[in-house]
Amino acid sequence: MAIFRYPRPASSDITPKDVYLSRREMLGAGALSLTAALAGTASADALKTHPGPYSGGLAPTPEEFVTGYNNFYEFGMEKDDPVSHSGDFHPLPWTLEISGMVKKPQRLDVGALLKSSDIEERIYRMRCVEAWSMVIPWDGIPLAKLLQAAEPESGAKYVAFESVVRPSEMPGQSSAFSGISWPYVEGLRLDEAMNPLTLLAVGIYGESLPNQNGAPIRLVVPWKYGFKGIKSIQRIRLLDRQPPTTWNRLAPSEYGFYANVNPQVDHPRWSQASERVIGSKTLFGTKRQPTLMFNGYGEQVADLYRGMNLHDNF
Amino acid sequence: MRRYWSVVLYPLGLLPAVWLVLQGQNGDLGADPVNVFERSLGLWAFRFLLICLALAPIQRLIGFNLLRFRRLTGLLAFFYAVLHLAAYVVLDLQFDVRIFWRDLTHRPFIILGMVALAFLLPLALTSNRFSMKRLKRSWKRLHRFVYGAAVLAGIHFFLSFKTLNGTSALYLSLLALVLLARAPMIWSGFRRKGARQP
Repeated sequence: MAIFRYPRPASSDITPKDVYLSRREMLGAGALSLTAALAGTASADALKTHPGPYSGGLAPTPEEFVTGYNNFYEFGMEKDDPVSHSGDFHPLPWTLEISGMVKKPQRLDVGALLKSSDIEERIYRMRCVEAWSMVIPWDGIPLAKLLQAAEPESGAKYVAFESVVRPSEMPGQSSAFSGISWPYVEGLRLDEAMNPLTLLAVGIYGESLPNQNGAPIRLVVPWKYGFKGIKSIQRIRLLDRQPPTTWNRLAPSEYGFYANVNPQVDHPRWSQASERVIGSKTLFGTKRQPTLMFNGYGEQVADLYRGMNLHDNF
Repeated sequence: MRRYWSVVLYPLGLLPAVWLVLQGQNGDLGADPVNVFERSLGLWAFRFLLICLALAPIQRLIGFNLLRFRRLTGLLAFFYAVLHLAAYVVLDLQFDVRIFWRDLTHRPFIILGMVALAFLLPLALTSNRFSMKRLKRSWKRLHRFVYGAAVLAGIHFFLSFKTLNGTSALYLSLLALVLLARAPMIWSGFRRKGARQP
């Protein structure tokens, strides 16, 4: 796969991060968002990533679609809002906290994680609940690795995720319309979280995550609808009971806790049997393809739901 | 006089559709062009329906004869609603009859839109001088279906978003405003009908 990479400047030419961050602060509140957007581009770092498992045979969607077509209501409700209104968001420095029912609570420096050589590439299908799909080359680490380091207590059954609240940097959070109470929250069963497919992504296409894709760290659960992939995560807590999730709170009849991709269980307003494939820009060139059970990851995850009624637990 | 207006205004009303098709083929509708295309067509249908209903109240306000544009705007609303449905079936579902049938039998969101279109169909077919003469008083009664179409289209439009947002709030307020402004007309229309009964 050919991906264009910018030539890397010598490390002596790179402005130290703290200098460039403080310089940006001096620009003050009146700074044009264009300036901030440019600074954001400058901070997209190449990652030391290596190919991981489960990526076989998938051709990634062109990058411009993956970084230009996003659901990230913190930055606005339209698909192009995140790319145009996330320039003021400062993803670094960032601490990810893992707490709750664990023996060793963690405070993870995400800036350091970005430099680690543990990062692996996973090319996954991404199926949005709105019946469109992409293929995205994520870079990240399995969530299981971090959870194991925290040593979950035996009573822990669920994992709750919490995103960030920064209305000054995220214009969608001060909008009166969405009806969402921030922060965005998500949850998984502990066995789902420990599944080797479940990833905490810090990058796409070999570079650190752009703001609109959930910088600096986000969840990727490829057999579930995209909204389960909570972005810009600040807190992970292990619990003994099922945590609330944002879309389920908003419309419980439409979005369940599990949200597994399932062509046999329709959304009340549209079919989930098939999906529009993102990647063609022309009207008459758009393809539609059948949606796969568990988004094609049944071999890895079907056992998690054996004996469960997936119509009721949608 | 009406004829001269029509020569200019019908093609003008078709411009948004032409523009959307050109944008779609040039790759200017973004990453999910089919979705933008079908939603935009639906929104244009709703806009023309709102304009059509707003003509009479606005005429009372400014005194300029606007009623002659009712047929134009009504027919354009119908035309865009048909294109909206066609885009859904042809470009989005790509003729997947199974999905479409389930939509029609299971999903209030789709059913409301279809019923709104069904209400507009007889109105479009009778939007000509011949039918007006032929149907006489029933023509007026028949064309009250437009209120049903507008309300159902409004609900359908609201349901097309995952949450309430600026766009749906704006258009639903406009619908409410137009219906409110027409309330005296609607009221007197029904009262007259009642008075005729023995």
